[in-house]
Amino acid sequence: MRPKNNSLQITSIPCILPLTERTQPHKMQVFYDFGRYCQLLYQAIRSSSEFKSYYRNFVSEMIKTGYDSLPIVILAGAFTGAVLTIQTSYQLVSAFIPKSTIGAIVTQSLIIELAAVISGLVLAGRVGARIATELGTMRVSEQIDALESMGFNSVSFLVVPRVLAGYVMFPIIYIAAATTGVAGGLLAGIVTGQVPMADFLLGARTYFLPWDIIFGMTKSIVFGFIITSISCFKGYYASGGAEGVGKSTTNATVLSCIFILLADLLLAIILL
Amino acid sequence: MIEIKNLKKSFGNNLVWENVSLTVPDGETLAIIGKSGCGKSVLLKHINALMTPDEGSVLIDGVNIFDLNYVDLRITRQRFGVLFQGAALFDSITAYENVAFPLRYFTSLKEPQIHNRVMTCLDMVNLADIGQKGTAQLSGGMRKRVGLARAIVLEPDYLLYDEPTSGLDPETSNEINELINHFSDNLNITSIVITHDMHSVLEIADYAAFLDEQKLSWFGPIAEMTKTKHDRLNSFIRASEYQI
Repeated sequence: MRPKNNSLQITSIPCILPLTERTQPHKMQVFYDFGRYCQLLYQAIRSSSEFKSYYRNFVSEMIKTGYDSLPIVILAGAFTGAVLTIQTSYQLVSAFIPKSTIGAIVTQSLIIELAAVISGLVLAGRVGARIATELGTMRVSEQIDALESMGFNSVSFLVVPRVLAGYVMFPIIYIAAATTGVAGGLLAGIVTGQVPMADFLLGARTYFLPWDIIFGMTKSIVFGFIITSISCFKGYYASGGAEGVGKSTTNATVLSCIFILLADLLLAIILL
Repeated sequence: MIEIKNLKKSFGNNLVWENVSLTVPDGETLAIIGKSGCGKSVLLKHINALMTPDEGSVLIDGVNIFDLNYVDLRITRQRFGVLFQGAALFDSITAYENVAFPLRYFTSLKEPQIHNRVMTCLDMVNLADIGQKGTAQLSGGMRKRVGLARAIVLEPDYLLYDEPTSGLDPETSNEINELINHFSDNLNITSIVITHDMHSVLEIADYAAFLDEQKLSWFGPIAEMTKTKHDRLNSFIRASEYQI
């Protein structure tokens, strides 16, 4: 069945350097890796128009990245909120500070900072490790070469859907983490008797700003991009068998965590 | 026709080989032989431009594959079927889906037609009853045969085999060799096979290329290989304990 009637549209994507070729460690490895990372992103952007080649993967990646991650993110969010309420009420022991302040601090902290960062760090381990391992294993077992040799654009097939799924699903995950975090904090306040529900909600409502949600979602989109793009990069260029895949996975997780913290600081400086 | 001209490849300061030139006429089978680590797989990966050389060219029907833009390169790659050393089956889908995979993306065939084509290919490699088995459930020989079925499903002009019989028992190796002969003789596919197995070479190849000492040390028809005075090639043949 020669593909005379080629149903997969092949669009013009320049290949600056052969992506599949692995070379020896470079003397300026950091710059070399950064160049390859930018090259991979450039190819991913250019090949994002080949929607037919990756829409199936895109749907399954959204499920794996988003839906499957919800339990751990909800758990992390709820416990963070609960602990935050208990610790804040422990520190604010004063007759001059109204209990509603605790609700305000917990809600603001979760929406602005903790929901995005905690879910980002958790997903750097869960999603980042999965992506790097999947692509790394595909690389060392020649599955990526097989894709390329069939005429596929392996970047559009493997990298684009994963990065796009990160873009789409991380804000949803952030909202889940923030919501369950606030709920966990409220519940902890009620159960321990340290913050009555009415006071908690009064504080949360009084200091709530819609911009905080936008700020948190912006963070989550950036974190989603960091995690998926770094993990794709590390997995796509993995080499050296099982040990190499393990190294790529570790690097993907560690680098994702580092860049999440850096981006968190930068976004706080720029946007607040 | 595949023509390789003055190909040179190195990784950093390590020269793999240089001045590699050979021609594979249409419908013929070339076996590339040589010691482990001499760069046979590297050479194979240059033929469909999975790797790029330092110098030289690979002409597919007169067109240098390294001069093609990425669009044309991908279209040209669809003329090749490749059987990788470990079969390189996609382990997230079933064996059947692996064979159907290129059809779903590169043809406009409907599901019944895809099914017919997949079953025809699986039947050719004697795996018509593979059903919905996952790739992890397959033996080494079965994986290679599924890989072969996937390689031929788009009716390629060229087939590249990277050690198709390595790690297989003699009986399964013979089956694979028969399949390679079948594709070459009946489907007129031009094949390039990397192998250590001299029995396979004599069984399937029309030409042989011996990579040694970082160059193409010997290239010619199989009939001449068996009479060659080339010391290192003779030594390589003898080492495989094959009695010519």
